[in-house]
Amino acid sequence: MTPLWIGILVGAAGCYVLKLAGLSVPKSVLERPRLLRIAGLLPVVLLSALVAVQTFSIGSELMIDARAAGLAVAGIAVWRRWPFLVVVALAAITTALVRMWVPGS
Amino acid sequence: MATGAYGISFGAISLAGGLDFWQTMALSLLMFTGGSQFGLIGVVAGGGAPLAGAATAIMLGARNALYSLSVAELLRVRGWRRLLTAQLVIDESTAMSLGRDSERAARLGFYSTGIGVFVLWNLGTAIGLLGASWLAEPRVLGLDAAAPAAFLALLAPRLRGREAWAVALAAAMVALIAVPFVPVGFPVLIAALVGVVAGLLPVRPSTSAPEPTESAAEKPL
Repeated sequence: MTPLWIGILVGAAGCYVLKLAGLSVPKSVLERPRLLRIAGLLPVVLLSALVAVQTFSIGSELMIDARAAGLAVAGIAVWRRWPFLVVVALAAITTALVRMWVPGS
Repeated sequence: MATGAYGISFGAISLAGGLDFWQTMALSLLMFTGGSQFGLIGVVAGGGAPLAGAATAIMLGARNALYSLSVAELLRVRGWRRLLTAQLVIDESTAMSLGRDSERAARLGFYSTGIGVFVLWNLGTAIGLLGASWLAEPRVLGLDAAAPAAFLALLAPRLRGREAWAVALAAAMVALIAVPFVPVGFPVLIAALVGVVAGLLPVRPSTSAPEPTESAAEKPL
């Protein structure tokens, strides 16, 4: 089995166990506010970090290229509450157009 | 409909990120929680270790444990039913089961939404995969910018209040600072610590870890 398949299956198993755990553990867990706060903040920090890393780096190198323009347009689309697919498509189209005008970006 | 469109973009972005048809379908069928799936392909597409991607996905899936906690009382499932029901616990099914008048209505909302989204999500993924498979060069088409845009769209609804903004910006800074120094995929995991630290800090005064901002003025939690 390739490492990628192992990652997929481990990730899927972990996500499933989390779903199952909530159905199986006693309700008193809900009375631990710090745990709930951390669980609520994790998506915020992970998604924000993913946005930053995927826009401003390639491998271990930081850089600003056409993707930044795509993200800026996506930001406007998100702010205007346009549908998900529109946000994603606008980011891709903008990035592609900037690459056409500015070779190597 | 929104679910199908979301699934289409997942299928296309996953293929552009280097996963093949069955790897992508395995994510949608087995992992079945959008944010986590995007998280895994996001890390792997950048060249990160698959297990770092898995860790990111699992942390993004932690909220599902809270969802299943809150629907457990309504559903009261045991045995093999519990095993099947667990897979359907996602944002949408939880939202459609809470705040109903009767337990019957809550169950109906949960299962009809859960099963409906499961079908549409996997159908959308397959369509996105087939549609993107004839695209020759993902970078020319700007598909490498599609993933961060997707993350931004997932993040936006969670940015309510100054604390969330401060924590999000701190996490982004920490991740970028880490990029040159740690293996690909790990900056995101390091940024997760920002969430843990912020969660452990007292709620009232300053909240974000590295920046001492006046962030705790409003607190929608």
